Amino acid sequence: MIDVKHLTKWYGRVLAVDNISFHVKKGAVVGFLGPNGAGKSTTLKIMTCYLPASSGTITVNGQDVLSDSLAVRRQIGYMPESVPIYPEMRVREYLLFRAALRDIPAKKRKAAVDRVAERCWLSQPEDMTRRRLSELSRGYKQRVGLAEGMLHDPAVLVLDEPTIGLDPTQIRAMRELIRELGDDHTVILSSHILAEVEQTCNEIIIIAGGRLAASGTPAELRQRVVGPSEIIAEIKGATSQELTNAIEKIPGAASVTHSPHGNWTRLEIKAKGSDDLRSNIYKLAAEKQWQLRELRRAGGSLEDFFVQITYEQSMREDHNAAG
Amino acid sequence: MGKILTIARRELAGYFFSPLAYVVGALFLCVCAFKFAPPPGFWAGPREWFILVPHQQASFRGLFEMMGTAMTIAAPLLTMRLVSEEYRSGTIETLMTAPVTDTQVILGKFLGVMGFYLILLAATLIFLALMFVYATPDVGVVIMGYVGMVLLGAAFLAVGVFASTLSRYQLLAAAGSIVILAIFQLLAGSVASHTTAPISEIAARINTSTYMSNFARGLFDSRGLVFFLSLTGGFLFLSIKTLESRRWR
Repeated sequence: MIDVKHLTKWYGRVLAVDNISFHVKKGAVVGFLGPNGAGKSTTLKIMTCYLPASSGTITVNGQDVLSDSLAVRRQIGYMPESVPIYPEMRVREYLLFRAALRDIPAKKRKAAVDRVAERCWLSQPEDMTRRRLSELSRGYKQRVGLAEGMLHDPAVLVLDEPTIGLDPTQIRAMRELIRELGDDHTVILSSHILAEVEQTCNEIIIIAGGRLAASGTPAELRQRVVGPSEIIAEIKGATSQELTNAIEKIPGAASVTHSPHGNWTRLEIKAKGSDDLRSNIYKLAAEKQWQLRELRRAGGSLEDFFVQITYEQSMREDHNAAG
Repeated sequence: MGKILTIARRELAGYFFSPLAYVVGALFLCVCAFKFAPPPGFWAGPREWFILVPHQQASFRGLFEMMGTAMTIAAPLLTMRLVSEEYRSGTIETLMTAPVTDTQVILGKFLGVMGFYLILLAATLIFLALMFVYATPDVGVVIMGYVGMVLLGAAFLAVGVFASTLSRYQLLAAAGSIVILAIFQLLAGSVASHTTAPISEIAARINTSTYMSNFARGLFDSRGLVFFLSLTGGFLFLSIKTLESRRWR
C-alpha cells in the first residue's frame, strides 16, 4: 500500500530523516514511534505531499508523492499534529468547505459531513456542528481534524500525534475510534508514547535520530527484546531465607533476591537461560505446602527497549555535538 | 474552477468576520464621502478639491483619482492576511495536502479579495446616485472611471497577494505591498518629472496614477489597460511561484 524507499530529508544542514525504508500493508494500523525530534512528523509530511523529500521516494498505492501528488492527496486523509483550522468558521461550514476541496460532489457533501460528524462524536451526544471552531476545546478540535481527514473516505489515514493534548477519557475514545477505523482503512499514526501504539496498532515502526530502529508487530518486537527470563513469585509459609535456599536449588535458577511484602515474601528469580521456571516453582511450593499468591514472568518490556533506543539516540546526539 | 470558487467564497466570507476589513472599508468610504460632499465648514477652503460644492462644476474625476491613491493603503490591508495567516496558523498544511493546486489557491484567494473590493466599489455607487440628483454627471467619466478602478484594484490586490505569500507576518506583508504600490502610484510620478530620459520615460510608463487619471477623464487608455492587466497577471504568477517555492526550501 505504502512504500517508503531510502527516504532522506535535510532541513538546510540538519538531517531530519536518514535513509528510511519500510512498507505498510493494506489495512494495517501502523504506529510510528519515536522520541521527539526523531523524524516522525517529517516523514508523515512527505507522505502527505506537504514537503518534498531530499532523496528517496514514497509511493501510495503505486503513485509517487512527487509526480502524482494530486492523486496521492486524494487517497490520503491527514490530521497534522497541531490540527490547524480556521477559527472564524463553524464546524459544519468548515467540513463542507473541506468536502468541496476534497472533490466530493455537491450533492453528497451534506451526507459526507453528517457521516463523519456522527463517527467522530460531533453531532451526538451534543450537537457541536454549529459551534465556531475558535470556541472548541482541544479535544473537539482534534475530532474536527479527524472528521476532516475521513470526509472523502480515504484509503489511507495519516494521523500525527492524534491523542496529544487530550484528557484520559478522550484518549481512550480516540484509541477506540482508531482501532475501529483500522477495519476499513490503512492507518498510520505517530506517537512518542509506547503504550498507546502497543494498544492501538498491529504494526510498529520505531525510528530514532532519523533512522529506522526496529519494526514489526508488537509481539515480534517484544520477543526480540526479551532477555534472560525473570520470574516474580510471592510466597508464604516459610522464612524468606528458607524460601531463597530452596528455590536456588531448582536447576536453571541463577539468582534469587527476596523482599518482605507484609506476611508474604516477594522473590525475584533470574534464570540462567530463557527457561521458564514457573512450573518448577509451583511444584516446589505444592510439595512444601507453601501458599503461593503470585507467579509471573517479568519479561523484558517493550518500554525498556524503547527507552534504550531513545537513550542511544540522545547519546549519539551528544557525541555528535561533542565531536 | 470549482475549487477556485470554493476558496474564493471562504475568503470572501472571512472578510465579513474580520474587524479590520470593516475598518478599512469604512475608512475608504469615509474618505470618499469627505471628498465627495464635504461639510459646509470646508467650503471656504480649497473648494476645487471637493466635488459637491455649491456654485462649482461637479465632476467624478477627482473622486476616482483619490480612490486610486487610497487603494495604495487599502489594498495591502485587505490582502495581507490572505496567505500570511495560513502560514502563521499552520492551516497551509491542511490546505496544501488537500487535492488543490498552488494556482487554485492563489486564484481563489485573489478572487475572494476581489469580491470584497467589488462590494466596496459598489458602495460608492451611492455617490453616483447623489450626483444624478444634484448634478448631471458625464456618463463617459463614470463608466470609464469604474472600469479604471476595477483594473487598478485587480492590479493592486494582486501585488498585495504576492506580498502576503512572502511572509508569515501580516505586518511585513502589508509593509511590502505598500512600498511596491507607493512606487507605482506616488513615486513614479515625481521621479518622471524630476529626471531626464530614459529614467523619466520608464517612470512615466509605470506610473499608475496617470493611467488612472486618464480613465477618470473618461478616456479608454489602452496602455493603462495593458499595464494593469500585466501587473495583475505578473504578480499572481509570482505569488504562485512563491507558494510553490515553499516546497523547495
